Amino acid sequence: MRTVRIGAGAGFSGDRIEPAVELAERGELDYLVFECLAERTIALAQQARRADPDKGYDPLLDRRMRAVLPAAARNGVSIVTNMGAANPLAAARRIAAIAAELGLPSLKIAAVVGDDVLAALMAVDAEIAEIGAPLSRLGTRVVSANAYLGADAIVTALRAGANVVVTGRTADPALFLGPLIHAFGWRQDDWARLGAGALAGHLLECAGQISGGYFADPPLKSVAGLARLGFPLAEVDEAGGLVVTKLAGSGGAITAATCKEQLLYEIHDPAAYLQPDVIADFSAVVIEEIAPDRVRVSGATGRARPPTLKVSVGYLDGWIGEGQISYAGTGAEARGRLALDIVAERLALTGAAISPLRCDLIGVDALHGARGGSAYEVRARAVGCAGSAIEAARIGEEVEALYTNGPAGGGGVMKSVREVVAVGSAYLRRELAPAEVQFVESDR
Amino acid sequence: MKLREIAHSRSGDKGDISNISLIAYDAKDYARLREHATAARVKRHFAGIVAGEVLRYEMPTIAAFNFVARAALGGGVTRSLALDAHGKSLSSLLLEMEIDG
Repeated sequence: MRTVRIGAGAGFSGDRIEPAVELAERGELDYLVFECLAERTIALAQQARRADPDKGYDPLLDRRMRAVLPAAARNGVSIVTNMGAANPLAAARRIAAIAAELGLPSLKIAAVVGDDVLAALMAVDAEIAEIGAPLSRLGTRVVSANAYLGADAIVTALRAGANVVVTGRTADPALFLGPLIHAFGWRQDDWARLGAGALAGHLLECAGQISGGYFADPPLKSVAGLARLGFPLAEVDEAGGLVVTKLAGSGGAITAATCKEQLLYEIHDPAAYLQPDVIADFSAVVIEEIAPDRVRVSGATGRARPPTLKVSVGYLDGWIGEGQISYAGTGAEARGRLALDIVAERLALTGAAISPLRCDLIGVDALHGARGGSAYEVRARAVGCAGSAIEAARIGEEVEALYTNGPAGGGGVMKSVREVVAVGSAYLRRELAPAEVQFVESDR
Repeated sequence: MKLREIAHSRSGDKGDISNISLIAYDAKDYARLREHATAARVKRHFAGIVAGEVLRYEMPTIAAFNFVARAALGGGVTRSLALDAHGKSLSSLLLEMEIDG
């Protein structure tokens, strides 16, 4: 039975670059997929595009493409990525320019557009679950609304001969499912195979998180070579059978245990993993180690896709200010607590409009609340919400003022202010979000 | 005994919902986990962190469970004031839970 080799070149926007180069060079891949678009990133990218119409794509696009395109072009590896963020067409033009600069043979680069559904969402004034109100309630605070597109447009692009497909918001597994549908000619309603393909995508989408990354907990769970972690690839057959593996000589490990952790990562009901292309069912998946760093995953299926697409809505939601300072030695915890009390009192005394204010002692109670034990050193952290950058900055200012006004021995102040781009979600009938493919050819 | 002696875990986020897996190292411990690591026990263990309900999905073919906790991330990653806004460390908290050996 014919198999397709599909690799994961990035699991988030800031991921390491060399593992993808290694895969493009000696992975004997058909496809290399880069997942680089977190939930909130697209709203930030939309802001960048408004400031400059040629921007709004992933800031690391240049570095990744320069590193990987030569080997991908040489070895006939097609690339699929959501690095287009808020501006896939500009990203496609940029990739074409990079290919030309590198002197590569002419490449066909496809941009998938249509995920920007702000106008359609406003027209129906969709309910935003997180605020329990319709979109219009957010008024001018709305920054972006992007639908999670499925695999259709990626399939269209590959069928037209694209060497590189660059999308904006697309469901992460669809970046992998698209190439599989194209390679095997799976029908759009072959729910069992689409469910199996979604499983391949789900397992690979976080790249190193299935090949030993984010797994080590020595001595119970040890992983060798994390500094040169190899990214995963899957060998998928046309019935949807799947083996996850990585390149010999790379760091990390692919075991039943690493695959199980990734299988359950960020899913809710394993029997109903909602995707734009299929409702996948992972509830009876079987995982078997068949050789070192080779794991077979089978048993996924699926049923008819939902009639709606999920939309993520980015909106401005005030500012967050933060300040931190460290204390050490006997009484560190008491001095840290005193420091935080002083900051809270100062903010109230000076009428700073901060609500809510949160105070943590890092090393004591910041992650899970106080769970016992005493710390030699603590880091006092005050953080709160405000309506403006100036108000938010008051928190860091009061923490910094602890140097000369607070408890003894405080050091290492850090302070920050950031604007909050919150993310809400809505649902839109799929016919209101038609995807479209545009092509750019690089000159040689 | 602590859960970490017989199981491993990873947590992830979607909005204000955290999902936390619990995976037996050895399939023979699945029944013991099923009996002791109930949704109600886990909800109590996460008191002060998880405000909403906790659901448990069973995955017998891989000897694992998926706990889904609502209102677990201080309003969601982008608005949370928590140091670990994604709740990435909640897997470590789950593994600290004591069960009868």
